[in-house]
Amino acid sequence: MIAHAVFFYLFSFIAIVSAIMVTAARNTVHSVFFLILDFISISCLFIMIGAEFLGMIMLIVYVGAVAVLFLFVVMMLNVAQQKNQWFGSAKSSSHIPVGLLVSFIIFFELIIVVGGWKYKPDLLNSSTIIISQTTTNTHSLGNVLYTDYIHLFQISGMILLVAMIGAIVLTFREREGLKRQSYIKQISRERKEGVQIIDVPSNKGVKIDV
Amino acid sequence: MFEVGLGHYLTLGAIIFTIGLVGIFLNRKNVIVLLMSIELILLAVNINLVSFSIFINDLSGQIFTLFILTVAAAEAAIGLAIIVVYFRNAGTIRVEEIEKLKG
Repeated sequence: MIAHAVFFYLFSFIAIVSAIMVTAARNTVHSVFFLILDFISISCLFIMIGAEFLGMIMLIVYVGAVAVLFLFVVMMLNVAQQKNQWFGSAKSSSHIPVGLLVSFIIFFELIIVVGGWKYKPDLLNSSTIIISQTTTNTHSLGNVLYTDYIHLFQISGMILLVAMIGAIVLTFREREGLKRQSYIKQISRERKEGVQIIDVPSNKGVKIDV
Repeated sequence: MFEVGLGHYLTLGAIIFTIGLVGIFLNRKNVIVLLMSIELILLAVNINLVSFSIFINDLSGQIFTLFILTVAAAEAAIGLAIIVVYFRNAGTIRVEEIEKLKG
């Protein structure tokens, strides 16, 4: 129990510090690195409390795909060195107090909700899909996901497809002066426009104007 | 202190949510950091769902987290594509210089 608490505090401390560094780091590449560290420590927490499948999926999807995508875009756009100070002008820093105030009000509201949770014990008995103690986490997730939630599963597949097509359509660029193969033109070409038969008189030659 | 319960995880989620919110409000750098703050907020929501799912002994929260992961990945891909297109057109993605709407 004590080891669980120690590791919880360790991982959550790393997660909070790296989340602060994501927003506070001056270099955008460093922000992405701290985002990766944040995802890894949160997935360690997930594995610790018994959601192993989600922890591993978090590692694969977020660290393996999303964070690397961020890193790729940051390096491709070369914006890492663009800005070295936190706030550019005095005009733009005028809304800092209001932003901080609203953020802290939201934080204290969330904390109040967390404190109020212990007064609703009857919600604990309202669970519908009980976590089984005999099958593994992945097995029981699959049992539910492919039966009760199959429509949502397929819709999420459609969301990924639409996102993929959208990203391709957005970033696709038609370049000037690029020579392309056109199958329609190739197939519809006929003999009389491609070949010409010329009688060449001897000793005179022929002039072909192309 | 050494009894880690639901409240600890919810507090962690609230703290990370607030950090992401502060990152969105106070971000004066580029839009990519803003997208990363949105990812932080989605991560905090995932923490809440998973910890409720474990402590209530109900599997639905983890299923919901899977769908949130899917939507977050799609959102990151579309957002980064929009940022790339904007950078190609305007030459900058700094938040201060994106002021066509004068917000």
